[in-house]
Amino acid sequence: MSDILLKIEGLRARVEDKEILKGIDLTIRKGEIHAVMGPNGAGKSTLSSVLTGKDKYEVTDGKIEFMGKDLLALSPEERAWAGIFMSFQYPVEIPGVTITNFMKTAINSRREAEGLEPMKAGEFLKLMKEKMAFVKMKPEFAKREVNVGFSGGEKKRNEIFQMAMLDPTLSILDETDSGLDVDALRIVSEGVNALRTPEKASIIITHYQRLLEYIVPDVVHVLKDGRIVKTAGAELVNIIEEQGYDAF
Amino acid sequence: MSDKVLKIAAGEQLDQVFVIGKDEVPFDTIVLEKEARANLVFLIGPGVGADLPLKVDLQGPGADLSLSGAYLCTGNDKVDIAVELHHSVPDCTSRQLFKGIADDASRVSFYGKIIVEPNAQRTVALQENHSLLLSYDARVNTKPQLEIYADDVKCNHGATVGRLNEEEQFYMRSRGISLENAKMLQMISYIHPVLDLIVDENLRTSMSEALEKAVHCFIHKK
Repeated sequence: MSDILLKIEGLRARVEDKEILKGIDLTIRKGEIHAVMGPNGAGKSTLSSVLTGKDKYEVTDGKIEFMGKDLLALSPEERAWAGIFMSFQYPVEIPGVTITNFMKTAINSRREAEGLEPMKAGEFLKLMKEKMAFVKMKPEFAKREVNVGFSGGEKKRNEIFQMAMLDPTLSILDETDSGLDVDALRIVSEGVNALRTPEKASIIITHYQRLLEYIVPDVVHVLKDGRIVKTAGAELVNIIEEQGYDAF
Repeated sequence: MSDKVLKIAAGEQLDQVFVIGKDEVPFDTIVLEKEARANLVFLIGPGVGADLPLKVDLQGPGADLSLSGAYLCTGNDKVDIAVELHHSVPDCTSRQLFKGIADDASRVSFYGKIIVEPNAQRTVALQENHSLLLSYDARVNTKPQLEIYADDVKCNHGATVGRLNEEEQFYMRSRGISLENAKMLQMISYIHPVLDLIVDENLRTSMSEALEKAVHCFIHKK
């Protein structure tokens, strides 16, 4: 069986009348961590939005295969069921919905789609407790409304907690390092590193090299003006740090 | 003065829930005497509609009133809530919370007037009315009014009419929650603050279940 998880070919996408992605090719294999770096406006967030199926982004050309499936034909929830997860740059607040209720609904929606019974209450609570401890989230957060009144660091930690709960095959971290202090950055990256397995992969989308000091990528891409202009190993991070994006 | 008066005598307390269409509301005027307390919750389910004109007089110092309601409207339901609330004496508190969802071609009208008389010092009067529109044909009219003639008071009112938030929906869907379940969660969490005011635990649970069923119907008829 192929070890390719994600294959993007000739991807072009626009928002309203503006073309943002102008032909992206990207192949991600099991076990790999890819960093997509680039200046503001390069199309980094558009790429993550297209991968997760946000509807204001229109794909005009190209295709995306995820584990052999046509990803673009799937709804956002079907993509989640297939094993894709995105840590949001700006996690959304959901007033009135507790983290427990949110996660229970998420996990059981997927089980329903797979034809399984809802997870038993005891089993679910045990899983919650274990994963909250894993990202060092205080137990009282289980009863808090999703992201409401959370600090920047707490929101990002909640994203990694959800990632641990949902156990995705492909994780996309969209600017997860923005707005994080060193402690939060360490917890987030420890979480990501601990979830690293030979069967899974991650895409780390970032402007800065900061997060990549903690999570060492296998492949680094420079995205500029809607195209990947350079692909190399982890050493590229330092070259970007020294020379900036203008060099590409 | 109306002869349909609900009077809460000095020092007494009343907690009551009215399920419109099932329970009769045998009054159109509510009077609270000194240090009387009342917590009244009105629930209006789909296909019922309601006409609820209420006059309230906080007549005795230290009276405390919580007046709330939830409405779920479908088809051609018509919900008309009009509260005229008088703070006549000092040191009284009133809290009003009305929330609801309007679908199809339903009509909701909320009129809430609070009058704080000149000697009603240290009044606390809060009023909120929030509605969600699910269709383009549904209409909500909300008209909060405050008339304050005393200077040492704390009064607040808020009114919003909105739609289900799509950013929230996308966030939930990206976690594997289906669009239908995401909408259900949004609607249930929207109405729940009103149900939380029901004191009787068994009734609160059964009303929560009724809410879930009603919201389920909202989504699955489409």
